Formats: sequence, C-alpha cells, structure tokens
Amino acid sequence: MRHLGRKVIEEKLPDITDFARIYQGVEPLKEPVPVQPTAHYAMGGIPTNVNSEVVRDDKGTVVPGLFAAGECACVSVHGANRLGTNSLVDLLVFGRRAGRQMARYAGQVERPLPIADALEPVRAELEAIRGREPGGESVSVIRKELQDVMMDNVGVYRDATVLTVALNKVNELRSRYGKVSIADCGSVFNTELLEAQELGYLLDIALVTVTSALARTESRGAHSREDYPERDDKKWLKHTLAYQGKDGPNLRYKQVSITRFEPKPRTY
Amino acid sequence: MEVTLRILRYDPEQDVAMGAPAAPAARTTSAAGSPVRGPHWVEYKVSVDPMDRVLDLLIKVKADQDGSLSFRRSCGHGICGSDAMLINGRNRLACRIRVDQLGKKISVAPLPGLPVVKDLIVDMNGFFGKYRSVKPYLINDQPEPERERRQSPADRTIYDDTTKCILCAACTSSCPSFWARPEYVGPAAIVQAHRFIFDSRDEGSDERLEILADENGVWRCRTIFNCVDACPRGINITRAILEVSSAIVGRRG
Ligand code: FES
Repeated sequence: MRHLGRKVIEEKLPDITDFARIYQGVEPLKEPVPVQPTAHYAMGGIPTNVNSEVVRDDKGTVVPGLFAAGECACVSVHGANRLGTNSLVDLLVFGRRAGRQMARYAGQVERPLPIADALEPVRAELEAIRGREPGGESVSVIRKELQDVMMDNVGVYRDATVLTVALNKVNELRSRYGKVSIADCGSVFNTELLEAQELGYLLDIALVTVTSALARTESRGAHSREDYPERDDKKWLKHTLAYQGKDGPNLRYKQVSITRFEPKPRTY
Repeated sequence: MEVTLRILRYDPEQDVAMGAPAAPAARTTSAAGSPVRGPHWVEYKVSVDPMDRVLDLLIKVKADQDGSLSFRRSCGHGICGSDAMLINGRNRLACRIRVDQLGKKISVAPLPGLPVVKDLIVDMNGFFGKYRSVKPYLINDQPEPERERRQSPADRTIYDDTTKCILCAACTSSCPSFWARPEYVGPAAIVQAHRFIFDSRDEGSDERLEILADENGVWRCRTIFNCVDACPRGINITRAILEVSSAIVGRRG
C-alpha cells in the first residue's frame, strides 16, 4: 500500500490500516502488508425467490412464512462467484424486499402457523448434548479439525482426490460429534451449548459443500476443479439443491434463469 | 510465553448476585466451592503468543480449561462491538488488545456499571433503550426524491467521526456520571444522536435536541474524558457531546 501515500491510506483505507497495525504489528505507511487467502463469505444458502420467501424445490414452491435474506440466503444474485461489495445487494435490496413481503404476508394470514412438531426435535437435540456424561468428544477439537480439513482440501482449487479426503474426514467428524459433551449444564446464556449445537450445523454444511463439489465435474466461478478445468454449460448450467437424506445429502438440480447476463468466462 | 489471566466469574445459578459494581470491586475468592459467594476471581495460566489478543486467551480458556466460561464475541475484528470488557482496569475490546500491550498479568471483568448476566456478559437492554430514545435513524418526511438524497463531501465530514460508533458500550460504562446516575442517557447515545443531528439530510434535530436537553441528557457530562480513552474506534466523544450541547444552546439563543 506504500505507493498510495499517507493521505490516501489514512482517509480511504482506515480499517485495513488499523487491522494491519493491530493484528500483524505492521505499519502500512512503511512496510508491505502480508496477505493470505481465507474463507470470508458463504455463497449459496437457503434458496429464496426475489421476495425473499424461502422456496423448497426446483419449481419455486414457497415455504409459507419463512424468509431469508443476506449471506444465509441464495436469491442467486452472485452466480458462481460473488464480486466485491455485491453482498450489499443481498442485504439492502433483499432485506427490504423481505420486510415488505413479510408485512404483506402478515396482513393476509389469520395467524402465522407454527410448524406443529418443530419444538420437540430441537429440544431433544439440545438435551442430548447437555445430558451426556462429561469426558466425551470436545467441541473445540472437532471444530478445529473441521476447519483444518476444509481449509486444506475444499478451497477454490480442488480435485476428486482432495475432496474425497475431505468427505471421509467430515464423515468421521460427524460420527464423533454424536459423542460430544460439555461442562456447562446451566440454563442461563449457555454459550458452550450453543457452540456445540452450531458445530452440528457446521458439519451439515461442510458435508453439503463437499458432496456438491465432488458431484460437479466442471469448473465454474469459485469452484475450480483441477481435474475438470473447463466450464461445461451443457451438463452443469444448473443450481445444486441439497436435501437431507439418511446417509448424507441427496442432490437435485434446478434450472438457472438467465435474463440479461449470459454466463461467460472471467478473463480479467 | 505464559500469562496469568484472572477473570471475574459469576454464575447466576450458583452464585449470589452482588448488584452491579460501579468499579471492579469484587473480592478474590477465598471460599471457592462454598455455596454462598458472589462474583469471584478465578486464575488461569495460559500459554500464549505475545501477538495474541485477549479474545484469543478467553477462547483458549473456554476450549481447554473451562467450557462454562461465558463471554460474547462475533466478528473477532473490532467491528461488531460484542466483546467490550474491563481489561487491566480499562474498558477495551478483547479482540483488539494484545498480550504484548498488557504484560504477563491480565485481569478481565465485565463492563462496570451494567448488570452482570453471567461471567463477562452484561445486560445491554438499558443501554440499547437509551440508544433508541434518541431516535437514531434518518428523519425526513419530504417526499422521496427520484434518486438518492445527495450530500457534499464537506457536509459528510461534519459528522464523520460519530459514524464510527459500533455500540460496544465501552464509553457509557466507563463514565462516572453514568455510574452515579444510571438514568443519564450516556455518551454512546449522544454520539449516535450527533451522527443524525449534524447530517444535512436529516430533519429530526429539533426532536433529538429536545430529548437531550432533558435533565438526564447532555448536561450530565462533566468532561471527564473516560469515554474518549475507552472508545475502541478513537471517536472524540467529548467533542461530539460539546457540539450537541452548543446546538442546544444555539437553538435557545
Ligand atoms: S468480537 Fe466483534 S468487536 Fe470484538
């Protein structure tokens, strides 16, 4: 950044400058700032229509009363590779549209229907973790192993070999997750229980990510298969939908609706 | 290297509440394990890198020594405002202060002056209630223009400093005027009001200045400057408060 000069660095890049100083002990006015790749955004997510209503299948069937917007959602404004600052589109445009649609929805229904049997499975899941004898598997250990395997094998560049390593490891972690135990049995602000529950979700998402990446034998956007380096619109111009199955996710696919922007290689 | 980390712990389901101390005044526990005790200090030895932040230490203790240690954190990089706490006697974000800035003995307690929920987690409801009381949103009833409401860079500069607030409560909970009078709206809420009062697109200044001219408003500020020391975003809070006070005076005059 040094070539930019003090004025530009301090006025236009205050946060990045601050990060370098605090977390790296580096002075960006004088020294180069070290950079490294990281996962900082989740593309894909809960499928929604343009009014931020969650849809459950490839026909756009709406799940009544369920909305998603922002990073958790997939309206599909990003294609296969989100561009810089484009997550603001998700937040601002679809957050607003979600709010408007919720108001419309709330005005139409007598009273939103709670999902009849939603509570019990979640309660049982939490109680199972809380009730387990201490001394089982550790949340932080499994989480660390998951982070490492995803970082090493499921980055932008991947192939069948590394993805298979990841698949086996994630499956192993999932079975160990069945034995996690925690020390905090309290009912007030139990962040240890929350972290244990979240770890289960992380493992689910990791498995979906790895399984879909293995199945997609082409390269597109941020999914770069070194064993299938070309984009293959004939076979793969479609979205992946993952459904929970007994032994891992079942994959189905959904047509891409293309309007103004044709998919094309990024050459810059 | 190894550091000694002392943490003021409190579990509402096992310990006796002591009210919210205005300063870190709790005693070191002599009766660990005894059924009647208030918030109490617990010591941990942690092996660390000097570049680790206090947040890294807390995460390590939670992972390796005691999973029940409770604290808030989210972004880990000074943006979300979740992990303000009292670190070696000063309000700091745990994710922004490093071991090499603190030395080998580090003490961590919840933010002073706010009710403790559990360990380092304080009840922020009162704090956010005050934030909401100053109407921290754009007020402008003019019909929506075709394009965005525009603003010159010069006009934007006037309130640039107060846009940096992340609502971590480090300032308000470091303020002796707030400790003495919990009804005082506090520096954070005034900073947030400032951000809109001096925004050329906003038309709600009168309402906000009215609210802040109240007996629990800006006049409670005694320019002690604790808030300026506490702010992790480097906001000149005392100046912002003075600018709001002057606006109130100017409006009357
Ligand atoms: S964790 Fe977000 S500010 Fe520290």
